[in-house]
Amino acid sequence: MSLLDFINRLLGRQAQPSASTARERLQLVLAHDRSDLNPELLDQMRREILEVVQRYVEIDLEGCDVSLETEDRVTALLANLPIKGARRLDPPSPADGEPMAPTSSAPPQDDPPGREGTLSQLREIANSSSAPIPAWVHPDPE
Amino acid sequence: MDAVTSAPARIILICSGKGGVGKTTLTANLGIALARLGSRTAVLDADFGLRNLDLLLGLENRIVYTAQEVLAGTCRLEQALVKHKQEPNLSLLPAGNPRMLEWLTPEDMKRIVALLAERSDFVLIDCPAGIEDGFKNAAAAAQEAIVITTPEVSAVRDADRVIGLLNIQGVQPVQLVLNRVRPRMMANQEMLAVSDVTDILALPLLGLVVEDEQVIVSTNRGEPLTLNGTGSPAAKAYLNVARRLQGESVPLIDPSKEREGLRAKIKRIISTKIF
Repeated sequence: MSLLDFINRLLGRQAQPSASTARERLQLVLAHDRSDLNPELLDQMRREILEVVQRYVEIDLEGCDVSLETEDRVTALLANLPIKGARRLDPPSPADGEPMAPTSSAPPQDDPPGREGTLSQLREIANSSSAPIPAWVHPDPE
Repeated sequence: MDAVTSAPARIILICSGKGGVGKTTLTANLGIALARLGSRTAVLDADFGLRNLDLLLGLENRIVYTAQEVLAGTCRLEQALVKHKQEPNLSLLPAGNPRMLEWLTPEDMKRIVALLAERSDFVLIDCPAGIEDGFKNAAAAAQEAIVITTPEVSAVRDADRVIGLLNIQGVQPVQLVLNRVRPRMMANQEMLAVSDVTDILALPLLGLVVEDEQVIVSTNRGEPLTLNGTGSPAAKAYLNVARRLQGESVPLIDPSKEREGLRAKIKRIISTKIF
């Protein structure tokens, strides 16, 4: 944080010099240009990545961030997917003594209350890739 | 076909992607500056649809033939080359004219550049804007490149596309000239900083040219700034680019820090990171 930001914050203003806005916008658009992925394709890839990850672990959808970043003309796909807990579904862990779950369609036994909305979304995603996938960016738990 | 002289010519593409950022102005000024520094220099206007290099060099009334006639065998290269009166080390060759029946191919460009290289120390190719056939033709004949851009998002983005294509073509080295820099705006952080542009494009900086009204005056007259001394800031910058190309080490000074006014100083202090 710079002194200017600090003063602005004290005064309740939010003024950012336009050069930094330009830099941020450029970096974002160039990451897309260089990877030759349009936003639509990138979004599809994001959803599919989340789908795969969600088969194995339960992730915090609101904290998820999948983006392209570029440094020195090398573009990297960065995914930050906070894990809430293991799904214990697929692959099944015999150590727990649970019956073998043949597919990921078996609901987890230990759903804490209050997460139903998110979890049902997750299951939906995990079970069928053809079904319309809820917008992961703004999960809307009932 | 590729005739090699004792000291092979350097064949440099001057390109930008976006139009209007200063490709042709740089080519004209660099051509004159290199010639004045004693290098035999040929400038090739590869933009035959909208050619303008002749106009900036003040040679528009002396063009009779183009590269097309040379390739067709209608005339010799010496007849098509337009020698600059004040700087006889510099000659201009237009690739073609807008009424050309057949467009040149990348092979044609290579042939004509090879002919120019035989008799030059530097061949500067003024690339058309865009990344279509005109660019590909011009890039096919180039060994190295200068990408020119301005500190604006659209120009930097287009430059990035061009750099990607040059990398694919194996053009090496690619260097950057940052044009139309406004030191005061940069100091006030209302314009992308020099380091922002060089970091984003990941290219070595060959030159910094400040916004200079004299550039317009010089194009009005058809006399590049480097022709008449180094009075203006832009003329100095172009000459420095020429000297760096010849291997001289000329320090680059960030103009936003060099001419920092009181307001900028205060702005810099309050922008200092405190935590």
